[in-house]
Amino acid sequence: MTDPHLQISGLSKRFGGVVALRDVPMAVRSGEIMGLVGENGAGKSTIVKILTGIHLPDSGEIVIGGNAVSFSRPSDAAAAGVAAIQQEPSMFDELTAAENIFAANYPRAGPLGLIDRRRMRQEARRVLEDIGVDIALDSPLKNLSVAEMHLVSLARALSTDAQLIIFDETTAALSQAEIQHLYEVIEGLKSQGKAIIFISHKLDEVFRICDRYTVLRDGVLTGTGDIADATQADIIRAMVGRTLDDVYPKAEASFGDTVLQVDGFCHATEFDDVSFDLRAGEILGFYGLVGAGRTEVMEALFGLKVRKAGELRISGSPANIGSPRDAMAADLAYVPEDRQRHGAILPFSVVHNISLPQLDTVSNNGFLNRRREEELVDNFGNKVAIKAAGWDQPVAELSGGNQQKVVIGKWLAIRPRIVILDEPTKGIDIGSKAAVHRMIGDLVQQGMAVILVTSELEEALGIADRLVVMARGRVVARFEREAFSSEAVIAAAAGFRQ
Amino acid sequence: MTGALQRRDLLLFAVIAGLIVVVVLRAPEYMAANSVANILSNWGFLAILALGQLVVLLTRGIDLSQASVLAFTGMFLALLSQAVPELPAICFFFLAILLGAALGAVNAAAIALAGLPPIIATLGTMAVIRGMIFVLSDGAWISSHEMSEAFKSFPASQFIGIPNVFWVALLCMIGFHVFLAHFAAGRNIYALGGNPDAARYAGVSKVRTETLVYVLSGAVAGLCGYLWAGRFAIAYTQAAEGREFAIIAACVIGGVSIAGGRGTTIGAVLGALLISVLETALPFLKISPFVQLAIIGAVILIAVAVNARAETRAGRQILERSSPEGRAEP
Repeated sequence: MTDPHLQISGLSKRFGGVVALRDVPMAVRSGEIMGLVGENGAGKSTIVKILTGIHLPDSGEIVIGGNAVSFSRPSDAAAAGVAAIQQEPSMFDELTAAENIFAANYPRAGPLGLIDRRRMRQEARRVLEDIGVDIALDSPLKNLSVAEMHLVSLARALSTDAQLIIFDETTAALSQAEIQHLYEVIEGLKSQGKAIIFISHKLDEVFRICDRYTVLRDGVLTGTGDIADATQADIIRAMVGRTLDDVYPKAEASFGDTVLQVDGFCHATEFDDVSFDLRAGEILGFYGLVGAGRTEVMEALFGLKVRKAGELRISGSPANIGSPRDAMAADLAYVPEDRQRHGAILPFSVVHNISLPQLDTVSNNGFLNRRREEELVDNFGNKVAIKAAGWDQPVAELSGGNQQKVVIGKWLAIRPRIVILDEPTKGIDIGSKAAVHRMIGDLVQQGMAVILVTSELEEALGIADRLVVMARGRVVARFEREAFSSEAVIAAAAGFRQ
Repeated sequence: MTGALQRRDLLLFAVIAGLIVVVVLRAPEYMAANSVANILSNWGFLAILALGQLVVLLTRGIDLSQASVLAFTGMFLALLSQAVPELPAICFFFLAILLGAALGAVNAAAIALAGLPPIIATLGTMAVIRGMIFVLSDGAWISSHEMSEAFKSFPASQFIGIPNVFWVALLCMIGFHVFLAHFAAGRNIYALGGNPDAARYAGVSKVRTETLVYVLSGAVAGLCGYLWAGRFAIAYTQAAEGREFAIIAACVIGGVSIAGGRGTTIGAVLGALLISVLETALPFLKISPFVQLAIIGAVILIAVAVNARAETRAGRQILERSSPEGRAEP
């Protein structure tokens, strides 16, 4: 047996207080496809980023082709023959396919170093033929399909003669036929002796194409072996692991009347036939993989997105929500996932951020009452324990966790009856997570109804009363708390039927 | 954010004061009464226009059509005064604002409703409106003797030795300051420019806010059009042509961010003052007009560089503060 082309040992990486990888080993041989699986946040992307020179590991050794390497920038990784095909390839829309393949590395000719177009097109054609693809070389990239863009991205990786190729969730946006074609391309690469890492949420894909597998959970290796010797149950067990009751104490709350009924929400491209209801005092979890359509449903509910069909009732009566303002008037609040983009106005102070959604309640005929604004913040800023030098400090100067608290405080301050929390603990440390969970518990005890969108299984199982699982824009399963089972939920989200 | 005088404003004020001292040492006649009146009127015009530009810049927009709106409104009202000599001054005042607001509404429709990029939309209206002045007047100049007395009286007069233009500007400064710092609609302007996505999630209407700022910008430009034609007793096709440069420069010097969300009335007004002092002082120092232009350009570059430095320096509060102050942890 030959030595592995890639040999990782003891790889560790922390981001602030969060451990992304701890002491992870992995080996990939030439002519082998390694499936890398794990939940959202298990550390898969961190490995990819270390292997492509975006992050430096804190410790650990990486050996490629017998040489110990350390990448401090992406070009180092490219020089060592590592290439990654991303879920959403970052490429140049206005350049042609050929230009994209050779971007920043154009063949040159003549004393002036002009781009040698003829040679560029020849070589581009050769690389594309190698992977059996026929793409118009001279049409701008924006005219190609997503699948074709992936293939151009792959051609770009091959043009640098990469020996280790990483496919990072490449199939997520592809149709079934396109995925089949990609499998053929990947198997072709394997027969050429490339070492391949294949990352996917979809276990059926891993079983279809990979030779071996590596499972990560919370940054730690929890399973590895040959696919031929494994069952799906083995891998799911390795992804999920322990019991969760102690980590996520569940606050007891009593349920009231149904406050929200969503019936048959449809959108042209993003989700189809989504129905659910929600009672006062209840936490309804929405679990699914990234891109399952959960956020899109919530945006439609909050009037940020126009739906094609579907009925909405609030406290039993039909509600017509066409804008966030309507939603707020109906006592809905939405704490979005992307705080930097959708949540906080960074140049604004803490006070101005918190009062923004309800300037009409802190003003008389449009004239703002500074004291009323401050009262609002005293009530709610303290409740969510924002750490700031003063309420006049710009939010841009606060830490990520505190920015999150400002955004949550802002929405609680409108005193909603229904709160949608979209990934409220994403990217914050364990301590802050517990604080957010306690706060959610307090909310439901006060009779609020909470929709919790989360990609963290433990969080979903830990604090939700009921769970809706979405996959590819549809509701695929529902669970009552008594019937919660990590295996069943993961299987549903990954597209298996049991 | 709004309101209080910031360190940058004090610095700018010190620069202006120092500049005036230097000029007066070289040319004491700069402080003569008619020269001061000239400075104040120049400042007044520039400040009013800069205030309109400020609200637009705050939303990440830009209004290049202000000078054209000014010239068009001046010409239209001058012709009106010729046709209807008995019209009282107050009518011109309000007609100017209305006409300017109507032209601003065209920008608003193109930007807020049709979704054109502000720089393209207002570049277009800048040229179209300028062309319409020629159509309106047939290329002729309307000079002092063709305008009615009522038309010229207010803009050309003074109150306690200070030109009325400056008094109008002062009212605008107070009005804009109160509006931006203390009204919900003003806060929404900052929110939209600070983070358009977050503003939308918080229920701030982009269409309504953008419409408001372009209409405001047009309204003040129209007001200036009347004051300009009346004070200088002339209306012509090229009036105020190229003035966009000084207006936007005044805002930038005053610390208004072209990227939106940052800027104060005090800053814009002080920026306008610096440019006015430079424009009026350099001739006293017998510096050629071309060198004047170069000097003003250099001042803008320096101001932008200083502002850029100031903005990048602010970091996040990640470390614990060594001495807990204010309302730290409860």
